Amino acid sequence: MLPPVGLEGLEPSWSRLITATDADGVERTWHVLDNRVAEPTLTVLCVHGNPTWSYLWRGMLAGAPPDVRVIAVDHLDMGYSDRTGTLRRLQQRVDDLSAVSAALDVTGPVVTVAHDWGGPISLGWAAQHRPQLAGIVLMNTAVYQPEGSPAPRLIRLARSKPILDQLCVRTRGFIEGTLRLTKRRVSKSVRTAYHAPYHGASRRQAIGAFVADIPLEPDHPSQSVLEAIASELDDMADVPALLLWGSADPVFSDLYLHDLQRRLPRAVVHRFPNASHLLPEEVDVSAPVFEWIADRGGPSEPADRDRLQRPQLWHEIDRRRGDGELAVVEMDGTTPERSITFAELAADVSRVAAGLAAHGVAKGERVALLVPPGIDLTVCLYACWRLGAVVVIADAGLGARGLTQAMKSAAPSYLIGVRRALAAARSFGWPGKRISVDPLGSTQARFFGVEASLDDVRERGGAAATPEPPEDEDVAAVVFTSGATGPAKGVVYRHHQAQAARDAIAAMYDVERDDKLVAAFGPFALFGAGLGITSVMPDMDVTSPGTLEATALASAVAAVDATLVFASPAALKNLVATAGELTPSQRAALAGVRLVMSAGAPVPAQLLREVSRVIPNAELHTPYGMTEALAVADIGLVELDEVGEGEGVCVGHTVAGVEVAISPLDDFGNPAEQLTTEPEIVGEVCIRAPQTKERYDKLWMTQQASAQPEGWHRSGDVGRLDTEGRLWIEGRLIHIITAPTGVVTPVGIEHAAQSIPGVTQAAAVGVGPTGTQQVIVVAVLDDPGRRAGLADLDLADRIRDAVRCDVAAVLAVPALPVDRRHNSKIDRSRVSAWAESVLAGKRIGRI
Amino acid sequence: MRVLITGGTSLLGREVALTLQERGDTVRLFQRRSATGTFDEHLGDINDPAAVDGAVTGMDAVVHVAGRVGIVGSWGEFHQTNVTGTANLLAAAQAEGIDRFVHISSPSVAHSGDSLVGAGAGPADPANARGHYAKSKAEGELLALAANSSNFPVLVLRPHLIWGPGDTQLVGRIIDRARAGRLATVGTGAALIDTTYISNAAAAVVAGLDATPDIAGRVFVVSNGQPRPVAEMIARIVRAAGLEPPTIRVPFRLARTGGLAVERIWDRIEREDDPPMTSFLAEQLATAHWFDQRETQAALQWRPAVSIDEGFARLREWYSQQ
Repeated sequence: MLPPVGLEGLEPSWSRLITATDADGVERTWHVLDNRVAEPTLTVLCVHGNPTWSYLWRGMLAGAPPDVRVIAVDHLDMGYSDRTGTLRRLQQRVDDLSAVSAALDVTGPVVTVAHDWGGPISLGWAAQHRPQLAGIVLMNTAVYQPEGSPAPRLIRLARSKPILDQLCVRTRGFIEGTLRLTKRRVSKSVRTAYHAPYHGASRRQAIGAFVADIPLEPDHPSQSVLEAIASELDDMADVPALLLWGSADPVFSDLYLHDLQRRLPRAVVHRFPNASHLLPEEVDVSAPVFEWIADRGGPSEPADRDRLQRPQLWHEIDRRRGDGELAVVEMDGTTPERSITFAELAADVSRVAAGLAAHGVAKGERVALLVPPGIDLTVCLYACWRLGAVVVIADAGLGARGLTQAMKSAAPSYLIGVRRALAAARSFGWPGKRISVDPLGSTQARFFGVEASLDDVRERGGAAATPEPPEDEDVAAVVFTSGATGPAKGVVYRHHQAQAARDAIAAMYDVERDDKLVAAFGPFALFGAGLGITSVMPDMDVTSPGTLEATALASAVAAVDATLVFASPAALKNLVATAGELTPSQRAALAGVRLVMSAGAPVPAQLLREVSRVIPNAELHTPYGMTEALAVADIGLVELDEVGEGEGVCVGHTVAGVEVAISPLDDFGNPAEQLTTEPEIVGEVCIRAPQTKERYDKLWMTQQASAQPEGWHRSGDVGRLDTEGRLWIEGRLIHIITAPTGVVTPVGIEHAAQSIPGVTQAAAVGVGPTGTQQVIVVAVLDDPGRRAGLADLDLADRIRDAVRCDVAAVLAVPALPVDRRHNSKIDRSRVSAWAESVLAGKRIGRI
Repeated sequence: MRVLITGGTSLLGREVALTLQERGDTVRLFQRRSATGTFDEHLGDINDPAAVDGAVTGMDAVVHVAGRVGIVGSWGEFHQTNVTGTANLLAAAQAEGIDRFVHISSPSVAHSGDSLVGAGAGPADPANARGHYAKSKAEGELLALAANSSNFPVLVLRPHLIWGPGDTQLVGRIIDRARAGRLATVGTGAALIDTTYISNAAAAVVAGLDATPDIAGRVFVVSNGQPRPVAEMIARIVRAAGLEPPTIRVPFRLARTGGLAVERIWDRIEREDDPPMTSFLAEQLATAHWFDQRETQAALQWRPAVSIDEGFARLREWYSQQ
């Protein structure tokens, strides 16, 4: 029968009834949605799960390109297809689908799209139709019950006869429950549509039967069928595949995604951290599916025509394997606590690499390193690289929640951690077999689920052969972004890209073999040993860079007569503040530093000037870059003083080998596809360099959007090139203000406002609809009151005089929201939402 | 061009007349009392069809500024001037063969009390407009638009909160209250409101008059495009007059409830003066209302020449000479 007219989003013209012979040789009538494209270039066959129906795929029909036929079939006993009164198991459902697709005259290439238990059915169909199979799309489904999943327990519970009847058949409970498995509320009219074909227990029989057909026991009638489908899937590794996943799904959790990824290693993955089971109702799946379909045959890997051959990441360590000079020194207060020579480091890296391999870490497997910068991290990092494992690195500054998201997303097979990390891993259920950096007693080891300590690994490695090294094309790392603008994203680097990042740092600061580095800034600290120079870790809490004291930094410098200091602005600020405690000998040691580099957040020139009074002979530099592209540009204090004030922050000239171009913005703030290197044009900053990321991890859509044009990385920053070729950063793309006069960028306004005496910090945000926004300045004053409100008229006057565009209102607040990691990046989106409400006349709450 | 301006004694009517006269147009004013200045005047009531007929005779264009404003008065009084009067004028103008008609309306005709944030010019809605003034102006605007045809092009402009030197409506009332110590900030005072400096409003009307044949039948809100928090706006006006900004604050709910009570009392005792607060005024003072000016500026080919800060400077100058 046909669905009633008027179901939300469902075109009656899509519905058709088709009669064919089912798996058992009986004639049946199916209800099918079909956009009836004649002579299509491709057919998309959509397969629903339980307890939904083809209505799930209405967005696919609505979003289809004109030459693509989209078919969505209601299974027999489901939706508006015939009620057969039989019990249909997996194999029959596969055969039924083949029967109906033949009756629908599906010839030519086909992409299957499936959700939930539609997954195995669609894959069974795919295995039967290999010659015409052009691609596989799967959403929140499974072909196998991975270990550790709670789903079997839930399913088993639901399957006990009385519950099954009550939940699935006698009541609408299962349908209603499924419609609630969303993070975004499903509207009433859509809920009504899902219930529409299932009024009355007799029409719901199959919902229970579907649940009963999930094989959990080896002797289940469908178990062998599912196993066969899974093994056939393993043979489809070369078929283009797209996995779209709602990761908040309590049933088909990430574990099932990982299982499918293992079977389809070339699959493109986009994981939605904030979506749940009923994915097509939570996000627009048709856009990515059709984009992927269009892209699928396109150029895969751009041939790297003339890529430079670079030394391997561990090359310098290996080169100095006979060298007794210090490689890494860890400070405890003002005295060196632990150190390791290059000879010891080289030997340890080999031993741990061999040991990890013997322990089971295979090439390409992911290993999370939850170890603070120092000797242990250096050993583990280079050992992993040496054996071809992929390191997963996330900053402890992300906090427990951010780290949990990062770990669930990266899904490492192994997790090497210090005690604190192991404790967090246990509490929050992070994935990965545990390896402890510290030796643990057997009780503790059991408690943390630790399989081995680093010493155990070393011991195994002593007897084992050193594994074959990876290729330059192999993946080296997944590094997480700071998450200052949304959930942290995993960034994938291949070995050659990480090598290029190392070489860019070396080139940027003319790092020579006799340089010695104080590494108080995370990302660059990793490369110290790889650059073949001595690195010292000062005594500080890495999660809170502002705790680095002047004496601690000076002692680290003195310990090795360091020539380079890499530190975050917060650390330098504290250095300046605590400089009075320095002893004459510490001051003398600081005088030997030739270069100070500060990164991680915008560095005010004034701070660099103050640092130069404490470290008198050093050049002061600040680089521009991001997790996705380290070391893009750099500027020194001398040049900063030369360029003076301007709209935004001058980040200097690009580093050799890096191209920067601008993607100009239209009046609505949308960046153009075409890039330009014309000076003084404001737009999104785009970067092409050997050290830019390979891709985002499991964020295919984000990757697609960021890698436009191909080979470039869209940074999300807005800026311009000046006539001298220097890059200026004016803010984040998501923070631009679209005034009626055109796009306004925040950083220049903020600097102007902050130049007013009495203003400590300022944020410039827009309120109102896109294209006609008003500029608002929200300021923190030297003497911040306890309450937020309108600034007084005189301050508003002074700020308006200093700013070039029309400022509709000046608000004063006790504090602005800033990110945790850098303690300086203002969350302008939050400020803007707050200002929007306040300036609409609503109550003035906290930001 | 021979232009009839109704409501020539109002701030806007007078400014439009001066602007047109200055550029060489022939101006005639129509209102009840004689205005200052050297204009051809027809005195009369807009409710008197004969008087209106006489006023439009020999004219090419009409700018209809006249209207009953304010917050006191019966529906009958507002309706008579703003609806019947407009109908009279439209009929007379059509009969005369006037070739362009600019109807001055108010953004309040489309405002049901919610915040307006970067809003466009929504359709006039007499059913939901707040208060007699807005309802009657909404009906008048609909009449004007209904009369629009290729022979009789009508343009509707809705200037928002006109102010400037000599303004007795907005500026005058604020200053009177400030002098009496009865000026208070309602709510947080942070709601953004659009206003229009008088000479910008007049220039927009003149630009609209010129563009009417091309953009007839359309409706535009006119403002400076520089919204400010309501408390800042009031404080700057008060300062321009050499007074101190208000320090009294009244929570919005209290103001609205109080306003409702005051309205009832004023109604019952039939007072003719402005009540200290009404629920409509409380809402106006506590909710944002500012507008998207892109279409207005593009269609009228007009941009405000006097910035809001320049406007305050001129207001200060004017007060210092009083």
